[in-house]
Amino acid sequence: METVLFELALTCYFTVTIIGIIELFKGSKDLSLLMLVVTCAGFLTHSASIVYRYASAGYLPVTSMHEAASFFAWCIVLIFFFLAYRYKIGIMGSFILPIVFILMLLSSMLPRVIRPLEPVLRSYWLGIHTFFAFLAGAAFAVACGIGIMYLLQEHYLKSKNTHGLFKKLPSIQVLDEINYKLITLGFPLLTLAIISGAFWAESAWGSYWRWDPKEVWSLITWFIYALILHIRLTAGWRGKNAAFLSIIGFLIVLFTFFGVNLLLKSLHSFS
Amino acid sequence: MKVLVLGLNHKTADVETRERLAFNGTKLEEGVLGLHKVEGIEEVALLSTCNRVEIYACVSHVRDAVENIKNFLASFHDITKEDFEKSLYTLTGTDAVRHVLRVASSLDSMVVGEPQILGQLKDVFDFALNKKTTGMLLNRLMKKAISTAKRVRTETKIAENAVSISFAAVELARKIFADLSGKSFMLLGAGEMAELAARHLFNNGVKEVTVVNRTYERGCELASEFNGRAVRFEDFLHELAQMDIIICSTCAPSYILVKEQMNNVMKERKHRPVFIIDISVPRNIDPEINKIANAYLYDVDDLKEVIDFNILERKREAEKAQHIIDEEVDKFIRWMSSLDSVPTIVALRRRAEEIKNEEVEKFRVRFSDLGEERLKAVECLASSIVNKLIHPPTSALKEDAEDRDELIAMVKKLYGINGNNHEE
Repeated sequence: METVLFELALTCYFTVTIIGIIELFKGSKDLSLLMLVVTCAGFLTHSASIVYRYASAGYLPVTSMHEAASFFAWCIVLIFFFLAYRYKIGIMGSFILPIVFILMLLSSMLPRVIRPLEPVLRSYWLGIHTFFAFLAGAAFAVACGIGIMYLLQEHYLKSKNTHGLFKKLPSIQVLDEINYKLITLGFPLLTLAIISGAFWAESAWGSYWRWDPKEVWSLITWFIYALILHIRLTAGWRGKNAAFLSIIGFLIVLFTFFGVNLLLKSLHSFS
Repeated sequence: MKVLVLGLNHKTADVETRERLAFNGTKLEEGVLGLHKVEGIEEVALLSTCNRVEIYACVSHVRDAVENIKNFLASFHDITKEDFEKSLYTLTGTDAVRHVLRVASSLDSMVVGEPQILGQLKDVFDFALNKKTTGMLLNRLMKKAISTAKRVRTETKIAENAVSISFAAVELARKIFADLSGKSFMLLGAGEMAELAARHLFNNGVKEVTVVNRTYERGCELASEFNGRAVRFEDFLHELAQMDIIICSTCAPSYILVKEQMNNVMKERKHRPVFIIDISVPRNIDPEINKIANAYLYDVDDLKEVIDFNILERKREAEKAQHIIDEEVDKFIRWMSSLDSVPTIVALRRRAEEIKNEEVEKFRVRFSDLGEERLKAVECLASSIVNKLIHPPTSALKEDAEDRDELIAMVKKLYGINGNNHEE
């Protein structure tokens, strides 16, 4: 059942990605609405598959790569819905939902077995720490999509080109505002994730900070976003630079989430 | 009855001719009522704008009606027929219907897609309804024109793109700023075009207008129009950091704002985006400023390019609109020709009713001892037989078939209906 639900969600996100691409070239109100409806269907089946897995595993399913990618995607859709409700920018899905699909595709290709939880993970910190971390990551993912939209629209305006997506993309000020809000949402969440992680590490491994690769890369991520916020507030660096940095930031987030586990030896590699 | 359109527009007549034939102010009412009295005209409505004068009418004999209308126009406006005759177009039937729908949808306008024409046409319609100069046919046509125009507006993007400098400026401003209300705006120099752009921005919510002019008094005058304030030309640089939108139309021989100055301004305003429109020729604002992050500078040529592209887009949308209009014309023509069979259907029903009544009456006289209840039953039986018999021919007549004219003739012959049954 869980597999069926997962595949259904994957299919929905795939459909949405295709609609999103069509939307870029031939947008209409109906298409945006269809995209939202299919995303809703995907989100519901996706949520159900996570609940199923939670029920059969007995813990928040975020410990294997398959689960992590899927949960990450789920968090992104959650934030996407919030933005879609708040800003009603039809074309936004075309830039954010493909990220969801790629994560789900990645997740679908990874082993799905449910294994008993390692003793070190058996803690209430698991839910708290990972939830903060994933939600922060999702906020940064959406900020990246918005950043790409910003750079595109900025390019259209600067080159005085009103063809292509110019009419469909919203104003750069709105994009900049969303980008900034997402980072101000993601940054404290990341901070909380790191702090809760430190407490958990203390109780599990005996020390708050061990310079483990995951910890180091999380710290790098934290500094990147701290930098974005800092120069915005002090020097008024906004717009293009902020958008560009939020894309770089998300690449580092991706590496912290997945790259570290695949390429470096980390205490966080549990699967 | 035929639909007739007779008129002239910006394509067929020069301004002078259009002016002489225009029905302005009170002349409109006189014109409509006068036309209504013209011989051969059953229904009439009159549209008079700066780009066109058109008469929509329902007539039975086109050629006579056209001649009468021309004579009316000549005497009404006190000009000779030869002065305007060659600028007139006369359309009838399907062409006339299509023309009305095209005008309403703004496909025939000077600026394709401009929205005023629909409002003007609605006024014409209301006015004619008020004066009772229109009837079933024109009322239906006007309603169709309005609904078609609405369909065109929602199903195509014909009116979406700006095609004037001032609208283009607003369109671009909307892609830079989330919300124009609450944005501050500076008018540097006061040309006609700059004023127009300022007015559009003002109408779109921009508040806090600052006017800078070399003659301070003129600046004050203009500022009061926008509830704004005037600033002396020497001081404009100090105010620049507070401005989100700047329209420049000074006639200085060289740049009045260069990149270094703008760099400082940007720092001062913490790099919040700024939109600068330079419509002076030669340019008065250093084009290099466009390279500064968050500063967007457009000159007249840039705006023209935006407009040219939009006009192209509108033409593409106009083709889509044409399909919609064809569809609606088709529907209207079908409705009109279905009117032809209405008198025949009415006559057929009347004939059947007559026969039934006659026979029932005879029966009543012969079998009067049967009792009222049974006689009533017999009458019911007769009615239902008649109805069942005439149902197929009436529904065949209502149907939209190519051979309807033949069908009408055949039904008349078969049921012995006289041809002169043209009552309503």
